[in-house]
Amino acid sequence: MTQISKVPAHEPTTVYIKPSKGLAALNLRDLWIYRELIFFMVWRDVKVKYKQTLLGMAWAVIQPVMTMLVFTFLFDRVAKLPTEGVPYPIFSFTALLPWGLFVVALNQGSRSLVAHNNMVTKIYFPRLILPMSSVFAGLVDFAIAFVILIVLMFYYQVAPAWNLLWTLPLFLLLAIITALGVALWLSAINVQYRDVNQALPFLTQFWLFATPVAYSASVISEKWQVLYFLNPMAGVVNGFRWALLGIGNGPDITLWVSTGISILIFISGLFYFRSMERTFADTI
Amino acid sequence: MATAISVKNLGKQYKIGAAETKFRYNMLRDVIVDTVSAPIRLAKAMIGKSDRRTNQNYVWALKDVSFDLEEGKVLGIVGRNGAGKSTLLKILSRVTEPTVGTVSVRGRVGSLLEVGTGFHPELTGRENIYMNGAILGMRRAEIDSKFDEIVDFSEVTQYIDTPVKRYSSGMYLRLAFAVAAHLEPEILVVDEVLAVGDAEFQKKCLGKMGDVAQQGRTVLFVSHNMSAILRLTQEAIVLNKGQMLLRAPTQEAVDFYLSSGQAQAGQRDWEVEDVPAASAPFRPISLRIKNRSGKVVDTVRSTESVIVEFEYQLDAPVTGLRVGFYLSTMRGEYVLTSFDTDAPNLFEKFDSRQAGRFISRAEIPADIFNEGRYTIGVNASSFGVRRYFMDENAIAFNVDISGAPGTHWPEPRVGPVRPRLNWKIEKIDN
Repeated sequence: MTQISKVPAHEPTTVYIKPSKGLAALNLRDLWIYRELIFFMVWRDVKVKYKQTLLGMAWAVIQPVMTMLVFTFLFDRVAKLPTEGVPYPIFSFTALLPWGLFVVALNQGSRSLVAHNNMVTKIYFPRLILPMSSVFAGLVDFAIAFVILIVLMFYYQVAPAWNLLWTLPLFLLLAIITALGVALWLSAINVQYRDVNQALPFLTQFWLFATPVAYSASVISEKWQVLYFLNPMAGVVNGFRWALLGIGNGPDITLWVSTGISILIFISGLFYFRSMERTFADTI
Repeated sequence: MATAISVKNLGKQYKIGAAETKFRYNMLRDVIVDTVSAPIRLAKAMIGKSDRRTNQNYVWALKDVSFDLEEGKVLGIVGRNGAGKSTLLKILSRVTEPTVGTVSVRGRVGSLLEVGTGFHPELTGRENIYMNGAILGMRRAEIDSKFDEIVDFSEVTQYIDTPVKRYSSGMYLRLAFAVAAHLEPEILVVDEVLAVGDAEFQKKCLGKMGDVAQQGRTVLFVSHNMSAILRLTQEAIVLNKGQMLLRAPTQEAVDFYLSSGQAQAGQRDWEVEDVPAASAPFRPISLRIKNRSGKVVDTVRSTESVIVEFEYQLDAPVTGLRVGFYLSTMRGEYVLTSFDTDAPNLFEKFDSRQAGRFISRAEIPADIFNEGRYTIGVNASSFGVRRYFMDENAIAFNVDISGAPGTHWPEPRVGPVRPRLNWKIEKIDN
């Protein structure tokens, strides 16, 4: 077997192929083996996204800033919504950070399997990689938008909350889990029912209204609070405001409700995805 | 010697007929009921309680297949379209899961049908090599160490930092193939039926396969080309309707396959169950490629005319029917389209046809084709009204060019046609 020894990076291992029963095992080992593919997919998505555009990476700045300006005009100047003492541009931009990440997951992630159907029908790789790398690619835009936020905070001389160093990473993780959970469900359903494609624009818009991005969650009356926070993104957005600006009531029952729903969507999404995975190549 | 592949009682069931139900709208009421119940069906399907038993049919694409293959052996797989060959390869390369049975595979499985998968037109050649390598399961260090070799093999060194969307299709294929060829899997599966590219490129694939086999690696080879199977494999299995009929030394297996009447060389037959219900009243029976003397053949000569014969049944009279074919290269470039009522006199006579059995026969004149393999797709439709039946990939045939113009130069010529043109050479000074 001399020719195999020419391939130092790879030892022949035996793979057992059999029908997976019920809720298939998560097979995290394969995901680990293919970790470089996740990196390459993210890198490709980022690299290709702004190719042959005049403004290039500037779009990652323009999009959230324009949204923020429109919101500022409509909800601050016209509707004069309460912002708990924070300048409205900062108030909305803080929420637009996780929201932008979520929108990418919703749109790119949900379409990821169908968009790469030639890969799905031709070769084996853990299919989880496709929605995962779509979500991770959103982190790059997130990072760029985060720099703008820092600039804005300097400009408006808003001091960050002291505990952001450890709370912000946690809320970012929560945002990723939420985004990935939804992407897992929708991408798997989309393989069989392209209705998802049709529903996405509407769903994105509806979800934006149901999330305290443009307005403060405090405008929702007390008795509806828990119900309102069944929307996992409400918890994420409020958490970001609390972590960065120190406004809102911090970890309370509403946050735990949202976090619980996020984790539920994520875990169930993983299992649903895995159980559908075996027929992706046949039904796509 | 160790066992590379061990297949036990493998079976794969597919759902068919889901599309048929779509054509059963007879009344507006049905449409409304169906539309209203769609969300309920979606919900049912999502919790796994799809209406399996009501209106969907299941078919075994592969059933009770068992075999062991030792390391370093080359195994051929023969069988007609739909026999389960590709399904078997897809299960072995883990693209799809079996319904029953188990397979154990020792080592990495690579296939030449994944050529170019994941290539992105906006990325450069260099970037695509890394991307494609990662998709095929190569480590970054492994790609680094083979990078120069891959670039040399692909012969696109000069354009390696150019986006591949600026490549010619030949360059694109060469680069894609170079990556796949350097994967060095322990087990190589080759589905020649699905192979892309022109004859030249396919030859290169077969050459690479031969090399791999000589290095002592395990190869599974699917082909309709019996001479390639005979040349490249020692042993072969014969599949028919998902079941394994025979495993034997290649010569014996090929003889069995050819004599058992399943071979489709030059002829394609449609069983009743192969035809979608939506085609009614049109029902294809058989499509034949014949040479000048009327013999059904797989290989025709470029210097002789070729007969394409399509036999079909009309279960009811049809008005405005036209039956014809598309001809394309294996690369998917169309060469021509022709229908049986193209000529005005035939159009007048056969625009309306009675129920019954028909044959539409076309003669393609001599001196048309260049060397290579061509695909014929059939189409039966009423213009602007309805398409009864279409099969884009009904049959394929080879063209031999001995005696064709210019063959005294032993060089491949580009282009799908090789007509005998009327050249004149004049000397115009004194």
